[in-house]
Amino acid sequence: MTTELIGHFGKFGGRFVPEALITALDELAKAHREAQQDPSFQLELMELHRTYTGRPSIITEAKRFSEHAGGARIFLKREDLNHTGSHKINNVLGQALLTKRMGKRRIIAETGAGQHGVASATAAALLGLECVVYMGEEDTKRQALNVARMKLLGAEVIPVTTGSRTLKDAINEAMRDWVTNVESTHYLLGTVAGPDPFPTMVRDFHRIIGDESRMQMMELTGRLPDAVLACVGGGSNAIGIFYAFLEDKEVRLIGLEAGGDGLDSGRHAATLVGGSPGVLHGTRTYVLQDENGQTRESHSISAGLDYPGVGPEHAYLYETGRAEYRAVTDKEAMTAFALLSKTEGIIPAIETAHALAGAIEIGKEMGPRANLLINLSGRGDKDVQTAAKYFGIPLE
Amino acid sequence: MSLISERFALAQEENRALLIGYLTAGFPTMQRCKSAIAAMIDGGVDLIEVGFPYSDPVMDGPVIQRASELAIENGVGAREVFEVVASSSVPTLVMSYWNPIERYGVTDFTRDLKAAGGCGVITPDLTVEESQEWISASQSLGLDRVYVVAPSTTDSRLANVTARCSGFVYAASLMGVTGARSALSGAAESLVKRVRAVTNTPVCVGLGVSNGQQASEIAKYADGVIVGSAFIKLLAETQDEIEANKSLKSLAEELSRAVRR
Repeated sequence: MTTELIGHFGKFGGRFVPEALITALDELAKAHREAQQDPSFQLELMELHRTYTGRPSIITEAKRFSEHAGGARIFLKREDLNHTGSHKINNVLGQALLTKRMGKRRIIAETGAGQHGVASATAAALLGLECVVYMGEEDTKRQALNVARMKLLGAEVIPVTTGSRTLKDAINEAMRDWVTNVESTHYLLGTVAGPDPFPTMVRDFHRIIGDESRMQMMELTGRLPDAVLACVGGGSNAIGIFYAFLEDKEVRLIGLEAGGDGLDSGRHAATLVGGSPGVLHGTRTYVLQDENGQTRESHSISAGLDYPGVGPEHAYLYETGRAEYRAVTDKEAMTAFALLSKTEGIIPAIETAHALAGAIEIGKEMGPRANLLINLSGRGDKDVQTAAKYFGIPLE
Repeated sequence: MSLISERFALAQEENRALLIGYLTAGFPTMQRCKSAIAAMIDGGVDLIEVGFPYSDPVMDGPVIQRASELAIENGVGAREVFEVVASSSVPTLVMSYWNPIERYGVTDFTRDLKAAGGCGVITPDLTVEESQEWISASQSLGLDRVYVVAPSTTDSRLANVTARCSGFVYAASLMGVTGARSALSGAAESLVKRVRAVTNTPVCVGLGVSNGQQASEIAKYADGVIVGSAFIKLLAETQDEIEANKSLKSLAEELSRAVRR
């Protein structure tokens, strides 16, 4: 039946796209399904992860940080140690291999801070694909270093000058490119949002984070963690680490959204905690929107979380109560950023710092007997400038 | 038979295609939008499409994007869209991305559109799979439901989508977004043929059409020609209201002549 509801998570998900894209989405869903069943595809991807990404990523226990988190044991899943510095590479390599499998030669990608753009450019270089990255003009200025990185890797970076000139508009522009060039081009979407099959497919490529962690935690502690924490923008690193624990009802799953200047200020990117159900970028999910259904601008110190939508599976986990979501302000995130740097010698991405701020709070609530697993989704090299400015460290 | 279907039947008797003109609601201002629509109708536009401006219009090129941004800045929402619809003296549809309709409430939207004299809605990003509520709400009030199909749409899917269309089927002339093109691809004609193989509902061609020559080419094989960005561009370029409306009217006249076979 062509009319059955595909790619849904309860009432969320689905496809809200121009008819022009349906054939490509069907083709992608089929390629993904077949690849999941194909041992040679899985072997190729695992081999890339072993020899290129640097998987499995390790777990580090943060003993000194724990003293500031109510004494709870804190375990960091070190996705920051992956090649290109974040979890993003998991999905990018998977989709780039799928692109080749579908016989396409060109990938396009959107990027906010530049992490997904850099990862996409990297995979394109590795696999010999043409790569175009759409990036809001504002972001190209703020993240000039990452723009240079993408160019060094051979990608073309197109500044987007429409709308709010940020991530949301970069996605719009990438979708317009895709509608136009769909026959030759794969849209390598960087998060678990967008029309079906993206939320499912991107999750499948990131679930390795949770699968590894679950085994590692059993080895390290002899039991499952009491809570698993991750930051949530679009939500790819969070769904990646949550997925392996979904059936373990005793494990709390906690997503930390970007609270910006605080929920009451209206200047935030906490889509679940501070938004409402709607449709954005091809999927039904929670959205920051006004009374006319216009998307509201989001605000966060972290470019990677600065998005007014969220993956539909998170909307489902939120409404069913299987996962909890809280907002962390810029200030709380930056405090956690400094704390992890000084207590553990690990400079996290500002995105990830939101999860760490959550860990401080949850650790205090749950106490010293709790084991918390945190997805350390990215490293903070890219954020040094922002952090230096925030803490008043002169760069000259 | 809906008002729109009646117009298509009449046009067939007159051996011509219908001319459908699009404007974004409240662009450049509410008053000028309404007077521009009147000028287009004066020049021979048969049906009007009123665009509900949306913050993330992925099907639209730069011209309609900018018009939408400005309209949103002017505070245009559903109420203003209905006001523009009510001002039109020919059968009028709303073209809207799905989120603004869902936000307003599907049943409320159909009720208030009907009350404003609207005839139907074009939904460029609503797939038939997600249309259950929409189909029953629009059907109960007799509003026409127009879906957009594309050259990439497979035959089996064309049958599926057009079975849920009423009034007309919107055939995208090419793979891409709205906006004037200097030349049209051959994709439109073969798409129209494929649509006709699966439905008797009239087929209109839009995307990229901006002049009489293109309109006359399309009118040979399609039941309607849809022009949007070309009208908006004129409106955006000309500050003086009377001058702008004069050029809108003359473009409408050129297109209206062209759709006569």
